[in-house]
Amino acid sequence: MIRGGTVPPGLVTIPLGIDALGTSRWNLLKFNEPLRRVDNPYNWPVPVITPQTVDDALIALADAPVHRLLAGGTDEMVKLNHGGQLRQFETVISLSRIAELSTWTIDPARRNLTIGAAVSWSRLIEEPFVSHVPVLAQAARTVGSPQIRNAGTIGGNVATASPAGDGLCALVALDAVATVRSTRGERRVRVAELATGPKRTDLEPDELIVSLDVPLTRGFQGYTKVGVRNAMVISLAGVALVVDDEGQSVRFALGSVGPTILRSPAAEDIAADILFGAQRRDDAMARVVAAIRDTARPIDDHRSTAAYRRHAVGVLASRLIERALISRGVDR
Amino acid sequence: MNHPIVDERDFELTVNGTRMSVRGAVPGASLLQVLRDQLQLTGTKGACEEGECGSCSVLVDGVLMCSCLVMAASVTEATIATIESLAHPDGSLNDVQQAFIDCGAVQCGFCTPGLVMAITDLLDRRPNADRETVREELAGNLCRCTGYGRILAAVDQVISQRAAQQ
Repeated sequence: MIRGGTVPPGLVTIPLGIDALGTSRWNLLKFNEPLRRVDNPYNWPVPVITPQTVDDALIALADAPVHRLLAGGTDEMVKLNHGGQLRQFETVISLSRIAELSTWTIDPARRNLTIGAAVSWSRLIEEPFVSHVPVLAQAARTVGSPQIRNAGTIGGNVATASPAGDGLCALVALDAVATVRSTRGERRVRVAELATGPKRTDLEPDELIVSLDVPLTRGFQGYTKVGVRNAMVISLAGVALVVDDEGQSVRFALGSVGPTILRSPAAEDIAADILFGAQRRDDAMARVVAAIRDTARPIDDHRSTAAYRRHAVGVLASRLIERALISRGVDR
Repeated sequence: MNHPIVDERDFELTVNGTRMSVRGAVPGASLLQVLRDQLQLTGTKGACEEGECGSCSVLVDGVLMCSCLVMAASVTEATIATIESLAHPDGSLNDVQQAFIDCGAVQCGFCTPGLVMAITDLLDRRPNADRETVREELAGNLCRCTGYGRILAAVDQVISQRAAQQ
C-alpha cells in the first residue's frame, strides 16, 4: 500500500495503507514522495457543503446524519493529516463562508459585546476587543502564530472544549454566554457549563454555536500562560483574571489544570479582599495562591507534570493580582 | 439552499489566477496535499502538517494561512496564491525573494517559500514594521539552519528599499 519504496524491516503495515508510525513521520524522511502515500480508499463521494447563511448551515447539520463541522480547521485538519479519515457517508460542513458568523456588535445600553462564533483570533487582537475585553485579546495573542490566528476561530475554541483553550479560559473568566442554535430552536448556555470534560461538550450533533455574549465590566483584566516558547504553544497552565470594579468582585479561570476550565471561588473571595478590602497583601496573597493550587486538578502528560502545573498556576494567579494592583495604583 | 456542494474527490481551485481542476483527491486532503500532489505546485513545502512550522504558508483570499490546515475542497470559491505567484512575469524575483539571496538568508531552503510568503504578507500589511513586530509576526515559520539573523537582515533590506523608492 505504500507507494514508491519498500517498507523497512520491522515496521508493521496495516491494510488500508496506514503504516504503524502514522503517515507524517515518513514524509520527513522522503521529501519527494507524495505527502499521503496511500492509495485512495474512497470510491464513494464525500460531500463538502459551504453554506452562506446560518440557517442553511443548520439545515445541513440536521440533514446530514454523519457530519464534521469545519471552522478554522486548526484542530480538525491536524486529525485528518495524521491518519484520521473521513467516514463513509460523512458530510463536511465548512463554516468559512458565513458572513454573519464573522461579525460583532457592542450594545452600550445593555453593556454587552456579542462576538460571532467564526471571528478569528487575528480580529480579536485588534480593536474594539483590546479596549473592551483585554483578557480575550491577550489570550488571542498567545494563540499559535499569525497563520493559526488567521484561521482559528473563537467558536471553534469553545466547541473543541480543550482544557488548554486560551480563548475558552478568557471567556469563562468573563462569564460569557453562548448562543446555540439548531433547526429545533435556540438556547443560551454559559460557556463555563458548555464543556463537560476534556474535548467534550453538551452540544447536540445538530447544534451550532452562533455567537458569544460577553458582559462588559470596568476593571483590570489579564491573561497569562506558561509554555515552552512565547509563540505556537499549547499552555501548560493558564490563568485569566477579570476584576469588576463596580461589583467589587473578581473572577479567576484556570486552564490546563483540570478536565475543563476551572473557577476558584475561594481564591476569588480572597483576591477581592486584597483589591477592594483591607487585607494585608502578603498573607492574603499566599492564601490566594494556596486556594488556586487547591482548586487545580492537574494531570501528568507528555507536555508537563501535575506538580509543575500546580506550582505554575499559583504563580500565574499571583502575578495577575500584582498587575491588577499596579493598574489600580494600590500599593499594599 | 443556495450554496456549493463539492465532492471531496473532484473539484476546482483558483490558484495563482488560474482555475485548475483537481481529480481523484483523497477526501479530507489538505490544500497542501492537493497543491503538491495533484497540481504539481511543489514550491509550497510540507513538513509538520500540524501548523507548527509554517513551511506550507500560502495566501487564501489574501490571508496568510498554513495550507496543511485548510481543507482543499472547502476553498473552491477562494483565491489562492502560492510562492509560484511571487516572481514577476519576466521571471525576475520579487524584492523579498531577491533580498533572501542578497543577504544569504537561505541555507537548506526548506523553510524559504513559507518565510517569503509570510514576509511578503507582513510587509504588505505593515510596511514599517519594527524588529519586535517582525519577530512576533514570523513566529509561525521555523528555520533550523540560519538562526534567523540573515532572514531578519533580508526583511530590513526590503523595508529600507521600499522606503527609498517612495
